[in-house]
Amino acid sequence: MNIHEHESKELLKAYGISVPPGHTVFTVEQAMRAAETLGSPVVVVKAQIHAGGRGKAGGVKIAGSLEEVRAYAEELLGKTLVTHQTGPEGTIVRRLLIEDGCSIAKEYYLGLVVDRSSRRVVMIGSEEGGMDIEEVAASRPERIHKETIDPAIGIQTFQARRLAYAINIPGEKLGEAVKLMQALYKAFIDYDCSIAEINPLVITGEGALMALDAKLNIDENALFRQPDITLLHDPNEEDPLETEAAEYGLSYISLDGSIGCMVNGAGLAMATMDMIKLHGGEPANFLDVGGGASADKVAAAFKIILSDPRVKGILVNIFGGIMRCDVIASGVVEAARQVGLSHPLVVRLEGTNAKSGRQILADSGIGIISSDSMEDSVREIVSLVQ
Amino acid sequence: MSILVDASTKVITQGITGATGFFHTRGALEYGTRIVGGVTPGKGGSDIRFTLEDGGVKRVPVFNTVGEAKSETGATVSVIYVPPTFAADSIMEAVDAEMELVICITEGIPVLDMIKVSRYMEGRCTRLIGPNCPGVITPGECKIGIMPGYIHMPGHVGVVSRSGTLTYEAVHQLTARGIGQSTAVGIGGDPVKGLEFIDVLKLFNDDPDTLAVVMIGEIGGTAEEEAAEWIRSHMTKPVVGCISGLTAPPGKRMGHAGAIISGGTGMAADKIAWLEACGIRIAPSPAEIGRTLARMLEEHGIMDSCTDKMSIYRA
Repeated sequence: MNIHEHESKELLKAYGISVPPGHTVFTVEQAMRAAETLGSPVVVVKAQIHAGGRGKAGGVKIAGSLEEVRAYAEELLGKTLVTHQTGPEGTIVRRLLIEDGCSIAKEYYLGLVVDRSSRRVVMIGSEEGGMDIEEVAASRPERIHKETIDPAIGIQTFQARRLAYAINIPGEKLGEAVKLMQALYKAFIDYDCSIAEINPLVITGEGALMALDAKLNIDENALFRQPDITLLHDPNEEDPLETEAAEYGLSYISLDGSIGCMVNGAGLAMATMDMIKLHGGEPANFLDVGGGASADKVAAAFKIILSDPRVKGILVNIFGGIMRCDVIASGVVEAARQVGLSHPLVVRLEGTNAKSGRQILADSGIGIISSDSMEDSVREIVSLVQ
Repeated sequence: MSILVDASTKVITQGITGATGFFHTRGALEYGTRIVGGVTPGKGGSDIRFTLEDGGVKRVPVFNTVGEAKSETGATVSVIYVPPTFAADSIMEAVDAEMELVICITEGIPVLDMIKVSRYMEGRCTRLIGPNCPGVITPGECKIGIMPGYIHMPGHVGVVSRSGTLTYEAVHQLTARGIGQSTAVGIGGDPVKGLEFIDVLKLFNDDPDTLAVVMIGEIGGTAEEEAAEWIRSHMTKPVVGCISGLTAPPGKRMGHAGAIISGGTGMAADKIAWLEACGIRIAPSPAEIGRTLARMLEEHGIMDSCTDKMSIYRA
């Protein structure tokens, strides 16, 4: 789960990490008042959306006067920002962070991630602050420095010091940088983060060490023990269909194609999408109905798929293991009746009670096309949609 | 022969009195798995009664701790159906009790909990499979987990996969062609887990009864690439691969916690290219895993040893 920059900064501030003074605003008037309160000659107006790449997309503006603050706030609020992370449809800006502008003497990158290979949290530092770190890792890997952290004892001072030296933090700031790294690690653990990034970490013209940007990503599996984080959930930042699907316990991701998919299991769902593409179609979504799909869940899945106007046909692919195909078939028939079947529907059932499931589909008399192989069902739906 | 589990394996279920644990323990008993005990703290000393499909009744003793269950029953394997909040603790309890193998089915364990678990397991003897996995089955001998037993058939092809239902799909394609399986292992869809592809491939390579392997990967991480490197330099048996997620957009978690393309790594196309470069035969589509394997078995002249023509199964 992503949270906003201003929220990440608030959390990190509580751990003693310095951030520029700033206020979160939702209207132009609030933006003006915030800039006045800050009273600094230069103010940064930052669009608050979850996606990265805001700077390049024009979502971060430097204002030298109140008039400029007004102009930028008017421009950004309500604007659809398209960054390399939002996809072509972009995200609407609904809130801004109005921040004290500071002069930058030096920029660094500092981040924590879960490293699968070592099964550890790894701290990453680089002198190439403010850059896309993935790009740095690809083109100048020697500029990336890492410290692997033992979960039993946490990040040790020598490790933080070694990293600070590696990225050339000036001697007089070294102690402070070590404390900051340890604070970031503590926040990462306390909030069950999967990513924590300060990019850039800066030394200002006045010599202060400060997090100019901050991004925390929280492990969704840990939300049960993170009630404060759960409150920060911003539905505006998500596809409304994805949010609705989550309420039914469905895993749904919207895509650009015309063939709606409903599959049990994440791996099989991805495989089904791949096969649609392979046969010349385009999947409209990823949808995993999970292991114990009831008729209600199937009906909800249908409604979600059909509320995407791009959908021109639906493919249901179920490999019933624990889940019985006859139960699924009844759910599909019931849902199709409830929702009204206006598009071609191909259903592939295999596994437990597949025969009786197919019989239920055949007997329904509502034009469901039944298939027993994954390949045939994909061919069928692709040709029907074209 | 097989890897990890066989007809003699004695198993205990952690979380046996929960709905999920109860349901799948009954499924295992139906299959013939030797479930010799269960663990639910606070319910130790009682018996839990399972009525099987054939009308038979099995009683399984329940213990308060894994240590007690192990010493009373002689079990060497534990399977975990405990909710995600408590699952990491359950794994560590089983590791502490020196179970040989722990299979954790639970989905949704926080990744920082799994980092602690893997640190805790260092230097200890237990193998972990999962979490967020379907389990392990040696067809005809021992089924531990949530997979449908009847689609499997005893034989000589090892299956290892990060997925659940896609594994069933692959196994079904093999069985439909009369190609049986030595053991099918679901290693699970989480980013930090127990055995990785490499660990399972090593076991299959050393198992005289496994003649070929099917490896099913997906987007996210680099475990498939690491496995491919190992296969190129060490594997003596032919491997067919399949990677799902070619159409998955970057930055989105595709159901499994570990199935996410991040920072330009973990893309399906890159994995496929890497696997092919290491000599792994890639199924051109997930529907062609069976066909691709069959062709490869023919080429290696081991089709007859891998096929049981008498027992070709019909769904």
